[in-house]
Amino acid sequence: MDEVGSKSFILTSITGLAIGVVLAMQSRGTLIRFGAEAVLPNMLALSVVKEIGPVFTSLVLAGRLGAGIGAEIGSMRVTEQIDALEVAALKPFHFLVITRVLACIIMFPILTLWTDTIALTGGYMESYLASGMDYRIFIATAFESLRFSDILVDTLKTGFFGFIVGIVSCYLGFTVRGGTREVGQAAMRAVVGSSLLILLSDVIIVRISMLLFGDAGS
Amino acid sequence: MTEQSIIQLRDLKKAFGAIEVLKGINLDVPNNHCAVVMGGSGSGKSVLIKNIVGLLKPDSGSISVLGKRVDLIQGDELDQLRLSIGYLFQSGALFDSMTVSENLMFFLERHLNLSPKEANDKIMQTLEWVELPEKLNDYPADLSGGQKKRIALARAVIMEPKILLYDEPTTGLDPVSVRMVSDLIVRLQAERGITSVAITHDLLCAEIIADSVHFLQDGQFVASGSLEEISRFDHPAIATFFGNETSHAS
Ligand SMILES: Nc1ncnc2c1ncn2[C@@H]1O[C@H](COP(=O)(O)OP(=O)(O)OP(=O)(O)O)[C@@H](O)[C@H]1O
Ligand SMILES: [Mg+2]
Repeated sequence: MDEVGSKSFILTSITGLAIGVVLAMQSRGTLIRFGAEAVLPNMLALSVVKEIGPVFTSLVLAGRLGAGIGAEIGSMRVTEQIDALEVAALKPFHFLVITRVLACIIMFPILTLWTDTIALTGGYMESYLASGMDYRIFIATAFESLRFSDILVDTLKTGFFGFIVGIVSCYLGFTVRGGTREVGQAAMRAVVGSSLLILLSDVIIVRISMLLFGDAGS
Repeated sequence: MTEQSIIQLRDLKKAFGAIEVLKGINLDVPNNHCAVVMGGSGSGKSVLIKNIVGLLKPDSGSISVLGKRVDLIQGDELDQLRLSIGYLFQSGALFDSMTVSENLMFFLERHLNLSPKEANDKIMQTLEWVELPEKLNDYPADLSGGQKKRIALARAVIMEPKILLYDEPTTGLDPVSVRMVSDLIVRLQAERGITSVAITHDLLCAEIIADSVHFLQDGQFVASGSLEEISRFDHPAIATFFGNETSHAS
């Protein structure tokens, strides 16, 4: 849990800040052209909380944790440490896989909320520097168009992304055969495989949540 | 099964895809006996002992250990049997994220109800037995090859198993360490009445520990007997094996 959490904290903070600042800078020009600069906070909040925050956070974590878990379990496999657990009747699956998958399921949503917060803070800082926007107005406008169900669904879906990263990386690590080269390949496949599955399942989850909760704009 | 066999293999077959690794192995290991398996690299020796402990399942044939059919049981019943079997892995397989004492403690605290003091005493006693008590707080990465093997041996015996499976206990060690590890294996058999199957390429080790030797070639035992008998056996693979290896061992 600690391994999943503490270092990823810094990583997601940087991700969040970059997302917020860049998104605000990019959008401002366009919105000004349409005379809609006032809705910038709405737009930022919607895109960060509903899509960019969860997906970016999950992809960044897939890179870090997918490679880490894939390589760690893979090297335990090729050095017979997993066999050693099994022979000692210590149920390696429970011991290694369940703990890691659970940690991912719990940490992904928490870190996503954190990334969202930092991203909106970054967006506000940009707005303040560019147009001296008052933070009360920013917050009020930002939360105007967000529904609680949006925050809930789009944050909790990252728990599922965490599940994907955990399961895919553990599986690829567990099934390595060979030596260090194969361990490296397993780590790489864990990152690529879980990233692709995250993007794919995101499409499906968004589709389903629209059917269940309706479109955010409506 | 025969009364006195602790380990009994009958017509054991195992293939990986198209590659038939074991093509009908028969083996009887009586109580308090050390059966040594020799054979070329890739001949399937590790696959053979992994079958004995249920890490691999045979395609056909039967495996009995202490009267239990390893090929048929699974789950808790298999785990229960595994508590009576110690396994020394070819690579040592120490948990590299843990210190030496944590490696030993890890097994103890999960299976035996010992007080912390009893557990620590047992760990010290086992480390003294392999003559490495000073390595208590070292990580496996900081140990030499021979030291790793001895710690792995300590971990394999700390649960006081009745059976030990050794996968190349002395490979890659210098002659002094070879003798030391081999002597430990002999002492285990004498002092604790352990029954064992040991894989080795090493003639010196085989000479010290073997009660019987079985030569694996093309998926079958082509010769069984004492080391003396095997070495004089008329078979091209054995001749090559002993021809090449004698110069190493001496
Ligand atoms: N899990 C597995 N899946 C597929 N093939 C395997 C597996 N384990 C072993 N093999 C193959 O079985 C054959 C025998 O392997 P094994 O490890 O038993 O050899 P060995 O006699 O122990 O050799 P060495 O002395 O080098 O350790 C090899 O060709 C190996 O590639
Ligand atoms: Mg082997």
